[in-house]
Amino acid sequence: MNSGLSPHLRRLESESIFILREVVAEFARPVMLYSIGKDSSVMLHLALKAFYPSKPPFPLLHVDTTWKFKEMIAFRDEAARHAGMDLLVYINKEGLKRGISPIASGSSVHTQVMKTEGLRQALDLWRFDAAFGGARRDEEKSRAKERIFSHRSATHAWDPRNQRPELWQLFNTRIKDGESMRVFPLSNWTELDVWDYILAEEIPVVPLYFAKERPVIERDGTLIMVDDERLPLREGEIPCLESVRFRTLGCYPLTGAIPSHAATLPDIIAEMRASKTSERQGRLIDHDESGSMEKKKREGYF
Amino acid sequence: MLKILPSYPLPLSKEHPLPTLRLLTCGSVDDGKSTLIGRLLFEQNLIPDDQLAALERDSRRHGTDGDNIDFALLVDGLEAEREQGITIDVAYRYVATARRSFIIADTPGHEQYTRNMATGASGADLAILLIDARKGLLTQTCRHASIVSMMGIRHVVLAINKIDLIGYDREGFEKIVADFHTFAASLDFATLLPIPLSARHGDNISLKSVKTPWYGGPSLLDYLETIDVSEGREGEPFRFAVQWVNRPHLDFRGFSGTIASGTIHPGDEVVVAGSGRSSRITRIVTAGGDLSRASAGEAVTLTLVDEIDVSRGDILCGPKNRPEVSDQFAAHLIWMDDHKLLPGRSYLMKTGARTVPVSVTALKHRLAVDTLAELPAETLTLNESGFCHLAATAPIAFDPYKQNHATGAFILIDRVTNATAAAGMIVHGLRRAAHIHLQGLSLSKHDHSRIKHHKPAVLWFTGLSGAGKSTIANLVESRLHSYGVHTILLDGDNMRHGLNKDLGFTEADRVENIRRIGEVAKLMVEAGLVALCSFISPFRAERAMVRDLLGPGEFIEIFVDTPLETCMARDPKGLYKKALAGEIKNFTGIDQSYEPPEDPELIVARGAESAGQAASRVAAFLVEHQIIDRFETGALEDWSI
Ligand SMILES: Nc1nc2c(ncn2[C@@H]2O[C@H](COP(=O)(O)OP(=O)(O)O)[C@@H](O)[C@H]2O)c(=O)[nH]1
Repeated sequence: MNSGLSPHLRRLESESIFILREVVAEFARPVMLYSIGKDSSVMLHLALKAFYPSKPPFPLLHVDTTWKFKEMIAFRDEAARHAGMDLLVYINKEGLKRGISPIASGSSVHTQVMKTEGLRQALDLWRFDAAFGGARRDEEKSRAKERIFSHRSATHAWDPRNQRPELWQLFNTRIKDGESMRVFPLSNWTELDVWDYILAEEIPVVPLYFAKERPVIERDGTLIMVDDERLPLREGEIPCLESVRFRTLGCYPLTGAIPSHAATLPDIIAEMRASKTSERQGRLIDHDESGSMEKKKREGYF
Repeated sequence: MLKILPSYPLPLSKEHPLPTLRLLTCGSVDDGKSTLIGRLLFEQNLIPDDQLAALERDSRRHGTDGDNIDFALLVDGLEAEREQGITIDVAYRYVATARRSFIIADTPGHEQYTRNMATGASGADLAILLIDARKGLLTQTCRHASIVSMMGIRHVVLAINKIDLIGYDREGFEKIVADFHTFAASLDFATLLPIPLSARHGDNISLKSVKTPWYGGPSLLDYLETIDVSEGREGEPFRFAVQWVNRPHLDFRGFSGTIASGTIHPGDEVVVAGSGRSSRITRIVTAGGDLSRASAGEAVTLTLVDEIDVSRGDILCGPKNRPEVSDQFAAHLIWMDDHKLLPGRSYLMKTGARTVPVSVTALKHRLAVDTLAELPAETLTLNESGFCHLAATAPIAFDPYKQNHATGAFILIDRVTNATAAAGMIVHGLRRAAHIHLQGLSLSKHDHSRIKHHKPAVLWFTGLSGAGKSTIANLVESRLHSYGVHTILLDGDNMRHGLNKDLGFTEADRVENIRRIGEVAKLMVEAGLVALCSFISPFRAERAMVRDLLGPGEFIEIFVDTPLETCMARDPKGLYKKALAGEIKNFTGIDQSYEPPEDPELIVARGAESAGQAASRVAAFLVEHQIIDRFETGALEDWSI
């Protein structure tokens, strides 16, 4: 299989496929959280491989905060169509009504309401008992200890005091009524593994990952792309065209671009190998407060 | 047997690039484990600038090394979280050098944490055992070494750290190596390499140190980058656990799974280990196209020539060298739950893609991990390990763990809390089971019940003492009897005074009590009877065990749900009074818990329902479910009490 893949990627790939199949075999209503980024692209690609010639027997779910880059939404719809899978899009309407936005409410309230609460509402609405997420353990210190199968109570709470040990590939998938499982098939992948795999398998990703001239402003030391007219410009802020790309993708006012000329996959990989900053630096939500990731996780954010 | 590697040249692989190395680091608190990992990341230039800047800041504030960078701060956190009570068993770190990728499982060194080490060790290819050169071999090191060996890790690096603090002394180093050799002689490692290290100063980490000219071996990293741990799994007997039946449409039926060991080709004969049915492989399907060969580690989908019965959990193997098939076997257990092991209690066992109920039939001994002594034991508590016999409710296919980790490992799951209670490693099958089965009853329970005009069943009444179980059961029985149904009533009086008179009321004895009753009830069902069982039976797991003993629809759980206050007010035998006065210990509802059924067939006596009404509903249930066919339920209404 995949004679083109290194033994390292091959091992990661079959481990992820094993996890995907295990969930489908053991849960009644799985769903894949599809957040449009590179990790989601890889996870979807692995799902297509895991169940072939069947289609992955679960839908995709996108919890839309309404502040994603336009290119992300276009990519999402095309990816689902290409995979031939159902795409569920959930928006926390009640949050919108309350006027929650990254600009008016700040990044942490916006993420809490539109993403964390939105996700819980969506999971309750469709009564999913297992949800795949694309998180990796190397993303952040606190994730290093996250389980591959992470148990959630009926109220979606994560209880870090009561986690199940994971031995071999023998995942304990038992849950009681109303409880659910978050499952991370990419747990053991690193950022570089993800890019190497995208290159080797020719997996499509959102064009925003590649450098291009884009209208940006510099705000608090971060380059923010002006994706639509909703971003209020402060005095003296004039968007100018710069060659930038994104290392991670989220809501556009919360995601910092990096100056770059890496316009192809090999360029990106070369840039990453030389790079000496960590991946989440561009994500404003993580800087909010220290230990913030740990806190978000307990509340149900991925 | 143990082979200490003297020096270069080592049996290193020429194949490049080598597959990912999964390794486990273990050491006591402050041996320098975090410093070692941090140092390795730093020397490999793998610390991002923003993190390095933060590290320099933190080192000045919290560091233990003056103005120098304290590498421990980079990866620390496990101990702190342990203090907050967070379950931290393993943290995973990812390191890729130019030559190889590593997944490092890092476990906290606290002495209680056998469970964590076992978790990190499962799936690891190599273990680094840290030793503080000043302290030498500690109990802790011995404990780590024996867990590593029990978990089947074959390659060990003995990292003798802080060698700077003993002045890079060769004799000190060699003494520790000799001590370890003595201890580990009986452990089963394929290779063992001792390295003198200073994690703080970087001696022998990436590069060989000039301060240890007497050391002839490789630097730590050099060794890790080049050791070959593959052990030829591709050449071993074929094993494939069916994970998922792939059925996109009527013309395709494939079996998806990951090859645990061996190699296959289209045309090869395969056998379903459990049933012995055989067929041939037609295709090895993957999304990238069909394969002409697939081997250990690959996730594939197989199609077979014949439509034989194969489902999730089955193991496909070659016609020769098949796995053992048995419902009884001996295994090592490492206990991981706060609730101790109760021999006789029913747990769920997950092995490969199968989950079956099992119970421990005999605990042979507990292992003192620091001395390797075998001690007698009645239970295992958190972090203890032992050797025991287990019985499953159905035969399973397995290999000894030593031969094949994928088909010899299992976990036990608590049926009530769903916690992962233990890790297990099968040592060998027990033949006893096979002999008993040979006696196979020639008259089945259906033959027995056919000459009666009803089906066999167990009516299991559970509830608190004084809830009315026996009263209701008696009413139901006398009515069934008058109607010609063959019944028997089992209750505390006839069981505790005879078969179970050796048992008391501790948790363990209660488990055994119900197990025996369950077996008796099963015999009654085999004789074609309706057995009415009236027992407090406080624990869900035991009731589930009895349910598993019986066929579908044969176990009817009836929850007599009288509130505790009512039972205490009734107190027909004065038992609550005595229990409250402390004269009776382990009394259900007072100082021992009652776990109400989650999904019983019937709930009776709730609210103001009388025993007569309850009995009527039990009878109606039996009619509705066709246990008994002709019954004038109306006639029951006038039973009252
Ligand atoms: N002199 C010396 N000190 C060390 C060495 N390795 C670790 N230390 C120190 O030992 C202490 C405990 O180290 P740490 O890595 O936190 O231990 P852990 O609990 O095993 O993770 C720290 O103060 C380290 O700086 C070494 O090789 N030489």
